[in-house]
Amino acid sequence: MKIHEYQGKELFRKYGVPVPFGIPAMTVDEAIAAIPKVQKESGSEVVVVKAQIHAGGRGKGGGVKIAKTKADAEAAVKAIYGMQLVTHQTGPEGKKVQRLLVEQGLAIEHEYYLGMLLDRGTGRITVMASTEGGMDIEEVAAHRPEKILKEPIDPATGWCDWQSRKLAKELGMTGKVATELGKFLKALTKCNEEMDCSLLEINPLVSTKDGRVLALDAKINFDDNALYRHPELEAWRDPNEEDAQEIEAKKWDLSYISLDGNIGCMVNGAGLAMSTMDIIKFYGGKPANFLDVGGGATAEKVTAAFKIITSSPDVKAIFVNIFGGIMKCDTIAAGVIAAVKEVGLKVPLVVRLEGTNVELGKKMLAESKLNIVSAADMADGAKKVVAAVGGSK
Amino acid sequence: MSVLVGNDTKLVVQGMSGSAGAFHAKQMVEYGTRVVAGVTPGKGGSKVAGLERVPMYDTVDEAVRLAGANTSVIYVPPPFAADSILEAAAAGVRLVIAITEGIPANDMVKVKYVLERDYKDVVLIGPNCPGVITPGQCKVGIMPGYIHKPGGVGVVSRSGTLTYEVVHQLTALGLGQSTAIGIGGDPVKGTDFIDAISWFAEDPGTSSIFMIGEIGGDSEERAAQFIHDNVKKPCAAFIGGQTAPPGKRMGHAGAIISGGKGAAADKIAALKAAGIAVAPTPAEMGSTLAKVLSSSN
Repeated sequence: MKIHEYQGKELFRKYGVPVPFGIPAMTVDEAIAAIPKVQKESGSEVVVVKAQIHAGGRGKGGGVKIAKTKADAEAAVKAIYGMQLVTHQTGPEGKKVQRLLVEQGLAIEHEYYLGMLLDRGTGRITVMASTEGGMDIEEVAAHRPEKILKEPIDPATGWCDWQSRKLAKELGMTGKVATELGKFLKALTKCNEEMDCSLLEINPLVSTKDGRVLALDAKINFDDNALYRHPELEAWRDPNEEDAQEIEAKKWDLSYISLDGNIGCMVNGAGLAMSTMDIIKFYGGKPANFLDVGGGATAEKVTAAFKIITSSPDVKAIFVNIFGGIMKCDTIAAGVIAAVKEVGLKVPLVVRLEGTNVELGKKMLAESKLNIVSAADMADGAKKVVAAVGGSK
Repeated sequence: MSVLVGNDTKLVVQGMSGSAGAFHAKQMVEYGTRVVAGVTPGKGGSKVAGLERVPMYDTVDEAVRLAGANTSVIYVPPPFAADSILEAAAAGVRLVIAITEGIPANDMVKVKYVLERDYKDVVLIGPNCPGVITPGQCKVGIMPGYIHKPGGVGVVSRSGTLTYEVVHQLTALGLGQSTAIGIGGDPVKGTDFIDAISWFAEDPGTSSIFMIGEIGGDSEERAAQFIHDNVKKPCAAFIGGQTAPPGKRMGHAGAIISGGKGAAADKIAALKAAGIAVAPTPAEMGSTLAKVLSSSN
């Protein structure tokens, strides 16, 4: 689960991680009202207006503006709010800005990069830091990996003060700033651990001319598997950041991701679902979604999944690819038949069934008299569904 | 011959009174697996319908001491699964197979740390995996038993249903399997490709290896290098998620292309560079290995 920068900073404040003073705004009026409050609190005219969308690269796309006067700040609010912000992570269509963060400007001494994530190789949470703050860190990692410092967190002790001292030295921090970094990291690693963050990134982390260390940005992803421990996070979901099909799928505990093609897919198992997308592409088609109905799905869940797929106007044909293990083929057949009876079938449907109770499933589909194209195996199904949408393009 | 599980496996099912645990325990008994005990805290001494012959205990320790269990399979819900893995290790079980999907990564970081520190001899498979099967001898997990056939192909996979797919294709081609190991789709797990491949390399009953990887992480790349340096037996592979978009988690917690790393193309290139045949589509996994075998004969 992803959250907005302003929500991340709210969480940081709770853990004592220093962040600039700022006020989130859901409307233009709220944002304009926030400007003088931020100016008063910080004692400076300078404010920063930041678009709040889940994608990174907002600055380059024109979603972050520094304003030196109240008038400039109001102009920035009007320019950014409602804009279609395009970054390298949004896709070419961009993302409409519907939330803003109005924040104090700071007298920055130096910018750094700070990140925390799981290193699969070692099975440890690893803190990463770099003097190359504010830059595209993926570029730095690719071309100058020696510029990224790494410190693993020992599961027995948690983050240690000596690790902060080591990082401060390597980052060239001295005196008060080095001490502040220690406090900052202690608080941040606690937040990371307690909140089950799967990714925590601060780019840039800044030191100021008066010797403080603050998080100028906050990118946080939470481990979906641990959300049951943090029910309060549900309130932070932003429906504008998730598409309608994905929200509906979540209700049914289906693993669903919208893609930009026209062939709807219903598959059991994540690996097989990914590979079904691959084989459709291999034969020249484009998948409209990733959908794993899971192992122990009921007929009702299968019906829900089928309805989610058919609710997208982009879907011109559907490929059901099932290898039943725990999932029984007759359950899939019952779910598909119920869904078609309820919502109708306006596009071609190709079904490949294999595994547990396959004969029963096939018999049920045949007796339903639905207009179903059956496939002998995965390749046959992929070819048939690609042909159904007019062949390869 | 086989690896991990076989005729000498004596299995305890953790979470046997739950619906998934009971269903799969019955399936395993039907397949011929020696299920010697079930464990659910508070259910010791009770009976699970359809499994009346299998004694239920409150703790894994009792299952080891009183029923002689040497292997554990875990169907416990995610909030309690990490605890169950450590309970099994502490009880003296040598092999722990965790089927449970959805264990928080932080929990697994701690489990892995404790296993490496205190239980070096314990092998953990999973979590979030279909289990391990030695066809004709022993099935531990959730895979459909009937698609398997005894033979010489060692299968190791990060994906459950793709394992069924390759096994089905191999069986149809007359290529039986020595053991099929599902290592699971989570980012922090017990056994990884290199462990499984090294067991297959040493197992006299395994004559060739099929490996199924997917996007995310770099364990396929490291496995490719390991095979290149250490394995003489014929190998073939498939990588799922070739068309997956970056930044999107594809069902498995570990299947995500992040920071430009973990893409299928890099993994396929590493495998090919190591001399391993890579199936172009998931429909050609079995035939790709068959081709390698016919050309090496």
